[in-house]
Amino acid sequence: MKFSQTHLLGIEDLHPLEIKILLDRANTHAEAERGSRQHGEPLRGLTQINMFFEASTRTQASFEIAGKRLGADVMNMAMAASSLKKGETLIDTALTLNAMHPDLLVVRHPHSGAVKLLADKVNCAVLNAGDGRHEHPTQALLDALTIKRAKGRIHRLNIAICGDIAHSRVARSNIFLLGKMENRVRLVGPPTLIPAGAADWGVEVYGDMEEGLRDVDVVMMLRLQKERMDGAFIPSEREYFHRFGLNAEKLSFAKPDAIVMHPGPMNRGVEIDGTIADDINRSVIQEQVEMGVAVRMAAMELLAENLRERREKGAA
Amino acid sequence: MTNALLRNARLIDPEAGTVTEGWLRIEGGRIAETGEGPRAGGIDCNGACLAPGIVDIGVKVGEPGERHKESLRTAGRAAAAGGVTTMVTRPDTATPIDTPEVLEFVIRRARDASPVKVRPMAALTRARQGREMTEIGFLMDAGAVAFGDGDAVTADTKVLSRCMTYARSLGALIVGHPQEPGLSSGAAVTSGKFASLRGLPAVSPMAERMGLERDLALVEMTGVRYHADQITTAASLPALERARKAGLDVTAGISIHHLTLNALDVGDYRTFFKVKPPLRDEDDRLAMVEAVRTGLIDVICSMHTPQDEESKRLPFEAAASGAVGLETLLPAALRLYHAEALSLPELFRAMALNPAKRLGLDAGRLSEGAPADLVLFDPDVPYILDRFGLHSKSKNTPFDGQRMQGRVLRSWVDGAVVYDRAAETNA
Repeated sequence: MKFSQTHLLGIEDLHPLEIKILLDRANTHAEAERGSRQHGEPLRGLTQINMFFEASTRTQASFEIAGKRLGADVMNMAMAASSLKKGETLIDTALTLNAMHPDLLVVRHPHSGAVKLLADKVNCAVLNAGDGRHEHPTQALLDALTIKRAKGRIHRLNIAICGDIAHSRVARSNIFLLGKMENRVRLVGPPTLIPAGAADWGVEVYGDMEEGLRDVDVVMMLRLQKERMDGAFIPSEREYFHRFGLNAEKLSFAKPDAIVMHPGPMNRGVEIDGTIADDINRSVIQEQVEMGVAVRMAAMELLAENLRERREKGAA
Repeated sequence: MTNALLRNARLIDPEAGTVTEGWLRIEGGRIAETGEGPRAGGIDCNGACLAPGIVDIGVKVGEPGERHKESLRTAGRAAAAGGVTTMVTRPDTATPIDTPEVLEFVIRRARDASPVKVRPMAALTRARQGREMTEIGFLMDAGAVAFGDGDAVTADTKVLSRCMTYARSLGALIVGHPQEPGLSSGAAVTSGKFASLRGLPAVSPMAERMGLERDLALVEMTGVRYHADQITTAASLPALERARKAGLDVTAGISIHHLTLNALDVGDYRTFFKVKPPLRDEDDRLAMVEAVRTGLIDVICSMHTPQDEESKRLPFEAAASGAVGLETLLPAALRLYHAEALSLPELFRAMALNPAKRLGLDAGRLSEGAPADLVLFDPDVPYILDRFGLHSKSKNTPFDGQRMQGRVLRSWVDGAVVYDRAAETNA
């Protein structure tokens, strides 16, 4: 089995073995990062453009560092501030960039499906860095790598994803990935933040943290967007924290060695208690950030290999 | 040529509910006589189906304001090629049809440019904003056949109740768009497993039922004649049935897209499948087909909504809604015939007879004395639809690249040929 993708648009498109290849490669980079820092510059001579139509600090920095460590020429474009305001359509932006012959395009966009729309129009490799509420594949991969390193495996685990599932692309990508790797996934949150039809996704849905966390191996917390109060999704931050915020008491229902994850940025005191987030025995939140760079290196490297292969075939 | 004899045809009579092998004679632009069996002379139809021309309620034309999307000329040609002999046009143009002057412009342009009949609807409120009533009386005098604000729901029930009360005094027909505007705001698809996986903003089908229940309560209160433009979910049907049983003057339509496609067709964010209201689940689609068969839903329409490439080549949420349908209405409807869900007379009852009756138009019948507005079609010929072969200026059809069965051979309006496939393909 080979990693045969042209783009990385979503976990839904990946075969479980492709996920395994990505994770293995990422683990090699993670080890190298901690040791020699030598990655062999496999992206030398390639141009990576980060196009973020939605503000991001962490993910953009992670992709930038990953690209630079592998030798790529990296350029950042803050699209929110540029051509869209001048009325240019997404496709025109894509075609304009395509004419500059980039090799790797990292795209984040506020609309679901927008990254695929763009990928259909360019002839380089596209990585989805988050599209609307749809997918955020590298986040799910870095979560998987973190779990694998902490638990020794990424299958047959009980994993609870808690909080604002409805608006979360992180949740969707994780549900796809964890399902494909044969884990039992639970969604825990208030019914207003659980998407319609979620019970048909092959997951268990809980409206209560204590029930939902009972005997799980992994607790994944999601960020609660502050603006959710406006749409009457929840009554207040303090009621939300009381019922769904992760604290020591609720965590005690999980397995004694359960790990706590959060994609960041955290709202301490809203979805997670500060002491839990900082507990080095339970929280793997910093490791997630570290694995983010490794996973993005692996994804770009594998896509670049396929890109070079296609170009050689095209030239021959 | 407004005199002709059409022989060796299968006559589809939606009034009698029959399919008869026979002939039809046109004289002075009207149907003079029909009969069974063979007959000499005239035009040999080679056993093709001859039916009353389609009366399509709810066609959007880009005039005035968006002629680059569709003009009355291109819409009229598309209609003729699709067997639609009367287009009942929508008022939700870029410049809304909300004054007698704009309405007269449409009628004049249609007379000059469209090969088929055009009967315009007018807005119910000024600029379709749900605040002030339009000049319903003047607009009726100018030729408006019905009143509605398109997909802009009149949220203020007091305004709507007054419009209805006033319209009732004039006998005007109101066309509503049943939808609870709060619940459905921002939605791009129907809620459910698929919508949630795709991460698209969604609306529950209940929003339609809530809108319908509200409108029906106002109809009961005011006694106005009311037509729901599109009823697309099973949850709405009991309300509709109750209103009928209570004797309210209520009819309902549905677009051909909601009868032949479902929510899963959106697939990987295919914006040509973005319509309003959004496509529903398969269970709903089947319930709607059955409702057409029983007559609870009276009218099938194309909900023809031309959109240029630019408005569709966007992320799904941001893309414009609507699909062209004038030329695909009949071929798509024939899917229901081939699936043995609806007979040909049942289809033409919903596409020709009922809409004509509801609007008080002299059309939709195959009987003697009726205008010779006719469509001749081969229900069986298979092909793959190519959107660039459409006559519409806009090519946004969800049926692009799909297998279709059945196509229009010829159309007549008042006995004159307005479309002839053989002439067009040979030319």
